[in-house]
Amino acid sequence: MDNIGTHSLDFFKTDKHEASRALSRSLQNRFLTLLCIALSLATLVPLVSIVILVLKNGLPLLSLHIFTELPPAAGMAGGGFGNAIIGTLVMVGIALAIAAPVGILSAIYINEYAPISRLAKTVRLVAKLLTGIPSIICGVFAFAIVVMRTGYFSAYAGGVALAVLMLPTILLTAEQALTGVQSAYREASYGLGATRFQTIIRVVLPDALPAIMTGIMLAVARAAGETAPLIFTALFSQYWANSLSEPTASLSVLIYNFSTVPFPHQIQMAWTASLVLVAFVTAANIIAQTAFSRKH
Amino acid sequence: MSAPDPESQPIADFKSRLDLFRLLCQAAAALAVLTLGWILYEIIYGAWPSINKFGWNFLTTAAWVPNREKFGVLPFIIGTVASSGIAILLAFPLGISIAIFLNENFLARPVRQTVRFVVEMLASIPSVVYGLWGIFVVIPLVKGFGDWATVHLSGVPIFSGPAYGNSLLTASIVLAIMILPTITAISRNSLAAVPHTLREGAYALGATRWEAILGVIVPSAAPGLVAATILALGRAMGETMAVAMLIGNSSRLSWSVLSPSGTLAGLLANQFGEATGMQVNSLMYAALILVLITLLVNLAGEAILRYTQRKTAGIH
Repeated sequence: MDNIGTHSLDFFKTDKHEASRALSRSLQNRFLTLLCIALSLATLVPLVSIVILVLKNGLPLLSLHIFTELPPAAGMAGGGFGNAIIGTLVMVGIALAIAAPVGILSAIYINEYAPISRLAKTVRLVAKLLTGIPSIICGVFAFAIVVMRTGYFSAYAGGVALAVLMLPTILLTAEQALTGVQSAYREASYGLGATRFQTIIRVVLPDALPAIMTGIMLAVARAAGETAPLIFTALFSQYWANSLSEPTASLSVLIYNFSTVPFPHQIQMAWTASLVLVAFVTAANIIAQTAFSRKH
Repeated sequence: MSAPDPESQPIADFKSRLDLFRLLCQAAAALAVLTLGWILYEIIYGAWPSINKFGWNFLTTAAWVPNREKFGVLPFIIGTVASSGIAILLAFPLGISIAIFLNENFLARPVRQTVRFVVEMLASIPSVVYGLWGIFVVIPLVKGFGDWATVHLSGVPIFSGPAYGNSLLTASIVLAIMILPTITAISRNSLAAVPHTLREGAYALGATRWEAILGVIVPSAAPGLVAATILALGRAMGETMAVAMLIGNSSRLSWSVLSPSGTLAGLLANQFGEATGMQVNSLMYAALILVLITLLVNLAGEAILRYTQRKTAGIH
């Protein structure tokens, strides 16, 4: 009897080493969880810091005339950056006019006409590689094909640089959008006697349009914030632009130029321009992700 | 009335008609492919005089004196590799832990969604705004740290003085924040792709949560995490404005992370606007090196990512 009793009690008598091992494993588990949470919440710090500084330094100068006046000369007070806002919009517009047709038509080709052809595979790979190309290289390219050939810095050159930047985003998101269209729609359309062209234009594209628009808005948001492709293609201008073939101001280049000068007023204006730019980019991103979301 | 002839006019018409829209789409696709080649062609064409004149010495010379036509990009290649390397060292642990955090259920869903939103926001802030923020926040911090480090850690060569605010370290810290979204997004995808059965198996063997994460889930997702790091490296190497505003743009070589340095992208941003003659050709040569490095890095990352996706395809 005793024997059995001690044996069964032995079962509950846990090994000392075993107990301390279990404790240390449990503590290690807790510690790593806390560390992971702490590191993840630490990412809030830079974003909060950026948002607070942009608001704190940008809001005081924010007023209506900042959108309608020209940038002040070095050391002067007052002024705005109306020409830079228009310049950014115009150049993003030129870029969109080039990149959107090429991107969407390519996506139609590689998804609707020849999805497993060698050209389609190459297009996908090239688009992936183009996404990885540094944005300043788009500027170098536009410098070579526009600025060096025409002999002057221009809004066209900036637009071309931004178009190269936008192309892969638009192409890849448009392809995904087309992939998302159910094949039953296409089959039904063919079944009704529609040609391939009619199917694409009347059935596939309308269904994919919201997702394609999302891609375009994302590309617009990215391009509007870019400085590197514009800095030596569109350059900068203190004045209102009379044509597309002259140096053109943009918000991002204005921030860059004004951030390195020793005048407090200009630096404050750089913050205000940052506020406007961040607001625009965020708005474009939010529109991209909500307004055009597919309702199925 | 007889049945319509199968070779009747409309169908024959339809078959023989040239599909113009198809041609248009094909042309657009060809143009998209050609863009990459065109970019490379224009850069090589522009760089040719400099390639002829300097050859390989361009890569191994530490001199950038435009008015004496002496050009060599060694300091900028080193600066590019160093700044993105340090940025990866800083961003990798953070990015992986955020990816794990988002993939586990430590905290309630709203908290996780907030963190995810914040990381996505970080990706959408323009580079030049990071630069402006860096000038007013990170430079003073690094200067303060540098002044302390040059006194207390003076024996360590990477902390040798004098300490500058515009330094390699400043640029690397800001770069690390900028590439965090890339690392997090790709790592999270590869962690989420690890089959649930593996985790359940680990739990069944008595593993704690972290033993399962570090012993089973992270190793299974490892190729994806490597790909995330490589693609982020590619981004960091090509990042221009924030770096150009913070690194000091010096062509002097130094061991210290507290001294100014320069990157290939920063060099282009600073000098292209006012360059003439051989300087333009040499900048094109520098651009060529930058493109080739980033293409190579991205190809490697893409290849690993594809390998991972093939490996985990079909497992649930």
